[in-house]
Amino acid sequence: MSASHDQHHPMTLSGELRMDTGVIINKCYQCGKCSAGCPLSSEMDYPPSLVMRMLQTDDPKNYDKLLKSMTIWLCVSCEMCLTRCPMEIDIPRLMDNLRQKSVRAKKTNPQAKKIIAFHKSFLDSINYTGRLYEMGMVVDYKMRTGAMTQDVMIAPKMFVKGKLNPIPEIIKGRKKIAEIFNRVQNNKEVKL
Amino acid sequence: MKIGFYPGCSMKGGAREYQESVVALAKVFDIELVEIPDWNCCGATAAHNLNKELSLSLPARIMALAEKEGITDIVVPCAACYNRLSVTKHELAEDASLCSKVTGIIDLKYSGKTNILNIIQFIDKYITDKLEEKVVKPFNYNTACYYGCLLVRPHAILNFDRVEDPQSMDVLVKKSGGNAIDWAFKTECCGAGMSVSRTDTVARLSGDILKDASDRKAEVMVVACPMCHSNLDMRRPEINKYLDEKISMPVLYISQVLGLAVGLDAKTLGLNRHMTEVILPDKPVKNAEPAEVSKKVANPEKMEA
Repeated sequence: MSASHDQHHPMTLSGELRMDTGVIINKCYQCGKCSAGCPLSSEMDYPPSLVMRMLQTDDPKNYDKLLKSMTIWLCVSCEMCLTRCPMEIDIPRLMDNLRQKSVRAKKTNPQAKKIIAFHKSFLDSINYTGRLYEMGMVVDYKMRTGAMTQDVMIAPKMFVKGKLNPIPEIIKGRKKIAEIFNRVQNNKEVKL
Repeated sequence: MKIGFYPGCSMKGGAREYQESVVALAKVFDIELVEIPDWNCCGATAAHNLNKELSLSLPARIMALAEKEGITDIVVPCAACYNRLSVTKHELAEDASLCSKVTGIIDLKYSGKTNILNIIQFIDKYITDKLEEKVVKPFNYNTACYYGCLLVRPHAILNFDRVEDPQSMDVLVKKSGGNAIDWAFKTECCGAGMSVSRTDTVARLSGDILKDASDRKAEVMVVACPMCHSNLDMRRPEINKYLDEKISMPVLYISQVLGLAVGLDAKTLGLNRHMTEVILPDKPVKNAEPAEVSKKVANPEKMEA
């Protein structure tokens, strides 16, 4: 991680986050409403308000802890924290940024493997066909995680109910979609 | 007028019945929905979790394709897609350099002028006025309207309904002859995209939602999102295990509720496709209670006047 964008004016971590996301970390005065409303905070290693406090310290050690945390992957982007924040701090946007930096720095928490695998399988499917092919994605996910037996019991019932499409929907512009995947910045991580 | 339609991926697979019911309901009111040609996936949670530019480019392509067809309104029944399209439209409108970058990535013209309508906004714009006169079979059940996250949040961008106690779906249920109950979990998260990667978390979150509705005597839950639906409906075995209680309350899409009220049959609306069986016992068409309540409210007003 580069702590400095300018040799003469080394940028603080919170400054860098502000530049990337527009979020002003120091607005947080630790009221704790985000952590109280967060549906996942009980499962997180650092609840959202503590994430804010850790970022306020501008300490690289704290920043490193966050990039390695489960918190950033447990956040489901439900936007409850932002909704209830008296300072309207966009924590979900911050979480997106931290997740992307965590992947790029190869610091993702090993316990988040399944969650990240799901996202990657999802994007892979879009990259190839333009749309999500649910069956293909689940098979891809199983290959990535080894969870071969998971949910096999509900598959037949889903099939009978017409909820499993055996044939992928391939769009005509699938090459255009592949081009989009090629053109976006930092695309290496999503294409793995 | 052409009304654009963006079904999104889940309505072609796991949420087939949502598309069936939306299209059938529109037909009752002589509305033709035109699918955006060659649409792609919006990228959903996976894209914005892993790559910002990708998360904006995929929805931008969809809106650009709609513009090319001269479509001004896009109906997006999936709350997650609705959210991604709306957020993208907002972000590209706010930041001109980001917009030109994304336009370059998708290699299409994009003006950002299309209206993005969620299912309730679509119904309110084109159907609600004519709804009550079309109701032939009032949906006479205690109904918990579940809005979830992405339909109402973030409010600053979506500007749709109230964030903590939304009412728009409750109003539609009432107009369909139902009783929208007051309950506490209207906008709590169901666990969203963790259905596969963290099923136990989804069982807890969705279980708490169903439990509150059940405790408050709801007979049916109504949703406007395929992700919420699959968690609340398909994950029922895991939910019941978490609650240590069997909850048999069916979960319907709002388009199915309205469809039933205007006389469409269960099969046309895809009710047979739900994993939790939909059993809605016939009830006397109108119970006297709501009428009496409204009388009581009406009288004091008259006295004041």
